[in-house]
Amino acid sequence: MNQSRQLSRREWLLSDAPQTRRQARLGAFYQGWLTFRGNKLAMLGLIVLVLLIGMAILAPWIAPQSPFTQNLPNRLQPPSAEHWLGTDALGRDILSRLIHGSRITLFIVGTVALIAPVIGLFIGTVAGFAGGWVDQVLMRITDIFLAFPKLILALAFVAALGASITNAVLALALTAWPPYARLARAETLTIRNADFIAAARLQGAGPLRLLIKHIWPLCISSLIVRVALDMAGIILSAAGLGFLGLGAQPPMPEWGAMISDGRTYILDFWWVAAMPGIAIFIVSMAFNLLGDGLRDVLDPKGAKE
Amino acid sequence: MPPAPNGRAAARRRRARSIGGTVLSLVLTLLGLLLVTFIIGRVMPIDPVLKVVGDRATQAQYDAAYQAMGLDQPLYIQFARYLGDVVTGDFGRSISTGQLVVDDIKRVFPATVELATLGTLIGVLIGVPLGVIAAARRGGVVDQVARVVALVGYSMPIFWLGLMGLLVFYGILGWVGGPGRQGIIYDGMIPTVTGLILVDSLIAGDWGAFKDAFSHIILPASLLGYFSLAYISRMTRSFMLEQLSAEYITTARVKGLSERAVIWRHAFRNIRIPLITVIALSFGSLLEGSVLTEIIFSWPGLGQYITKSLLAGDMNAVLGGTVVVGTCFVALNLLSDILYRVLDPRSK
Amino acid sequence: MKHLLTPRAILLASALAIAPAAWAETPADTLVVAHTIDDIISLDPAQSFEFSGNDVNQNTYDRLVDFDPMDMDAGFKPSLAESWEVSEDGMSITFTIRDGVTFHSGNPVRAEDAAWSLQRAVILNKTPAFILTQFGFTPENVEEKITFDDKTLTLHMDKPYAPTFVLNCLTANVASVVDKETVMANVQGEDLGNTWLNTNAAGSGPYTLAAWRPNEAVQLAAFEKYWQGAPAMKRVIVRNVAESSAQRLLLEQGDIDVARNLTPTDVDSIRKVDGITVQDEPRGRILYMGLNQKDPVLSDPKVIEAMKHLVDYDGIANSFLKGAFVPHQAFLPQGYLGALEDKPWTYDVAKAKALIEEAGMSGKTITTKVRDLREYVDVAQALQASMAEAGLTLEIEQMTGAQVLDAYRAREVPIFLGEWGPDYSDPNTNAATFAYNPDNSDEAQATGLLAWRNAYAVPQEMNEATLAATLEQDGEKRAQMYIDLQKQYQAEAPIVPLFQRIEPTGLRNNVQNWNSGRAVTSVMYRQVTKGE
Repeated sequence: MNQSRQLSRREWLLSDAPQTRRQARLGAFYQGWLTFRGNKLAMLGLIVLVLLIGMAILAPWIAPQSPFTQNLPNRLQPPSAEHWLGTDALGRDILSRLIHGSRITLFIVGTVALIAPVIGLFIGTVAGFAGGWVDQVLMRITDIFLAFPKLILALAFVAALGASITNAVLALALTAWPPYARLARAETLTIRNADFIAAARLQGAGPLRLLIKHIWPLCISSLIVRVALDMAGIILSAAGLGFLGLGAQPPMPEWGAMISDGRTYILDFWWVAAMPGIAIFIVSMAFNLLGDGLRDVLDPKGAKE
Repeated sequence: MPPAPNGRAAARRRRARSIGGTVLSLVLTLLGLLLVTFIIGRVMPIDPVLKVVGDRATQAQYDAAYQAMGLDQPLYIQFARYLGDVVTGDFGRSISTGQLVVDDIKRVFPATVELATLGTLIGVLIGVPLGVIAAARRGGVVDQVARVVALVGYSMPIFWLGLMGLLVFYGILGWVGGPGRQGIIYDGMIPTVTGLILVDSLIAGDWGAFKDAFSHIILPASLLGYFSLAYISRMTRSFMLEQLSAEYITTARVKGLSERAVIWRHAFRNIRIPLITVIALSFGSLLEGSVLTEIIFSWPGLGQYITKSLLAGDMNAVLGGTVVVGTCFVALNLLSDILYRVLDPRSK
Repeated sequence: MKHLLTPRAILLASALAIAPAAWAETPADTLVVAHTIDDIISLDPAQSFEFSGNDVNQNTYDRLVDFDPMDMDAGFKPSLAESWEVSEDGMSITFTIRDGVTFHSGNPVRAEDAAWSLQRAVILNKTPAFILTQFGFTPENVEEKITFDDKTLTLHMDKPYAPTFVLNCLTANVASVVDKETVMANVQGEDLGNTWLNTNAAGSGPYTLAAWRPNEAVQLAAFEKYWQGAPAMKRVIVRNVAESSAQRLLLEQGDIDVARNLTPTDVDSIRKVDGITVQDEPRGRILYMGLNQKDPVLSDPKVIEAMKHLVDYDGIANSFLKGAFVPHQAFLPQGYLGALEDKPWTYDVAKAKALIEEAGMSGKTITTKVRDLREYVDVAQALQASMAEAGLTLEIEQMTGAQVLDAYRAREVPIFLGEWGPDYSDPNTNAATFAYNPDNSDEAQATGLLAWRNAYAVPQEMNEATLAATLEQDGEKRAQMYIDLQKQYQAEAPIVPLFQRIEPTGLRNNVQNWNSGRAVTSVMYRQVTKGE
């Protein structure tokens, strides 16, 4: 006992012979972290995202000015010491708007990344596990949604429900789930007939219990990789909706909507559209880098890519 | 499992059943697509009647138009009627253009096809070699460049890049043609044969019009091409890596085949099939996904047509457009499926 | 000077160094126009009611009376009617049709064609029909009320309307004279040729319709036998270009001659560009704020008064609406008979705040719907900011035009921000919608009246004044009646005119005599020439 006390935390985590399930799980996690940390670009992505989250949390304190205060005589000013990124058409400080806008971006990405895979996971695993006509019906529905032009489907949803940020999120989630369903179904099919499932069934586990306790956990890691890689796409789609005026409503500083605002002025006042464009670019780049790194950790099969 | 007696007939039957099943599922998918679009159209809080009669209409004029459009009928009857018309090739009349939807689509779809085709072509011509070289010299300069190119492509908002591209290459440098498919003086001068202006101008033998059309399409096509390049090069690279680590490649190397032969004649040969699927998918996504590009470049294509119609509550047009996009998607999937079967020795 | 350091300037400089700019030029006899024309849904004069559709018809058809593009101030002038006479009792007007004019088809223009065109519009009863039916014509009686013989056409009205009122209405697109024989050859069932005319033209105007590709382009070709002489521009191409920045680039590059939808910022910069001139024309559209009287906050007279002081008229007109709108606080636009110049309201947040506190409405929230057009959204945001200072919260929901209109017609937009465009060139067109609402109940469904849409119960004497003004035979007295009406309106109405539209048109320097139609009509091409 005494000796194990003296093991450093690191050694405990990396132990070849974990004594508890918890130690094993934490150990695997730590090992993953080490691999991840080795990937410089992925770390860069992570740092950017951590900064973004920090920025979102601290927005009211670090933003130099209010994102809403207008100053018409001072509109369309180029970047300067007073306004680092210039001012927009209504004289609002672009930097402050970007900082506050990070909250919206995180909200959109976070919510979509939560909803879409869950819908997909549910539909995919049920289809794969139940088989037969249930599978047929669910997969036809998935196909229908896949065959739909994505942005147009989202547009239709937003137009039907009314333009707002929540509806934009819903619309994006509703268009994003089909690939997850397919993935989850494929995973389910490979494990459905595994021995441990049969064993669990023999022990009297019902289908729901099998699904939740045994199948879902195994599908999750591949879903996470997929989500991480899709995040950038979600940001871009959300910005696209904002660009078309169907996302966040004024005066909310949503980045896509800010580009849309700025496009009127693009010939003479390039920074109004360029700054939010760069912000979107940096963040989706960070998500891409992170996704790449996560794939190396969680999905060793695909790591070669 | 012992082979079934009379295996060939069984195989034929099996194939017939699988083709029948495929067709059935295609029809079901399209039908579902229509139904969903139809329902969206009916629950949408945009009043198509207003678009027809305008802002100043009296209630009587409004009611007359409402009835003339069949909107007083129950939903299922409206849908059944619509399906009946569609089967006979009648997609109805668009209320926002006043023309037959079929005619509208004949006009706008070629514009999208032209753009998507050229975009995909650019993506393939650059993306595939880039992916192959990146895989062959893994970790080398080309690989790094390819990686950055792809990451940037994945991360860039297309509408923003489009705006900036238009500003720089047209507005400032004047190297390419402006928004639209043609210079305005060529407008309507080329007889429409295929609807693809590049092709039509060649048919007409009008070299000036061809150059003009090319100068207009090159920027938006390069933009779309860049995004498909990012995707295609990444996929090519990963397919190639998988092949290059296979045993037969080692064997070939041991036999003393040149590296070039190993890569192109052996490894590349084997990735053709999945690559075709990837290219088909990317082409499909360009066909449906270029709405924003079309808006920025004033490109009168299908994406813009559907979006505009949708926002005007012009459901005949939206339904017609969705059928076309859905059919393309399904057809491309089918095509890559068939190619897979034809080219893949294992599935024979 | 500050432009020297923008990246645009730097890029421009380097670009000039690499590639000598190749200035394209449009052909000398062709006029190339960039415009947003995606609103066209019909080209039938009896149905078309959209700006761009009217722009086309203005040039493909003639009317009994028309404006002279070179002398707009004169008002309407004889066109297909060479003269007219008002009967003693004022109940009928007889027009003498001009001799020797032909339609594009070669058929002569007869009194019969003119009469049939007006009857047709009344019988089809599409949206613009009200411009004619307000004189007492109905689909049932129109054949007796509009009569013709060999040379003349007579309108028999139900009241002795002011002749200026009637004639101004006849300049409207719906009163275009169509070629009866040609249209009758293309009739489908009972449609009086409506389906065919939706995509074709059968007029006598200076241009024939060469092609219309929806959302893409309209092409017009000169009518060589036009009775006022063949137009100089043999071809007019109107290309649909939605983005102002794209229009501006096309204009700067010389790919087009005319850019019609430039935003204030683009206009501002383009004024400094060599080879381009900007022509400002006041148009008829009024940007107004409608305060819905069903809203408990907005129906308080003190709040109404306060709202009038919460718009930064000059600040807005000098910044994001600069060059596109000028402050204008009466419902008749400049250029109309009886237009009023008075601007009684100023931007005064302190006063507004006091009024709102007095009304006990501080801290209230209003949620409204705004059309997703840049100008409207910006005005809404400016209002949002000043309302916040005065103690009211404004929530904005952006929507498409169709959605906002839908809600507006259902009286569900608390604060409407948008434009009203006159339907014809007589002051009644605005008076009858801003200051006339005989029945304010929901059941009345007077969805066409702005006053009804804002649930504004127009006082009885104001309703009567509006009607009386349509009957006044004396022009000067009539103008005074409208001025009085507007003054009363400014004092009490909850519908607040804010700005009048100024249309800046970007023109290549060689384009002369451009005319967008001013406040009263649509664009005209026949007088346009291109010099060196």
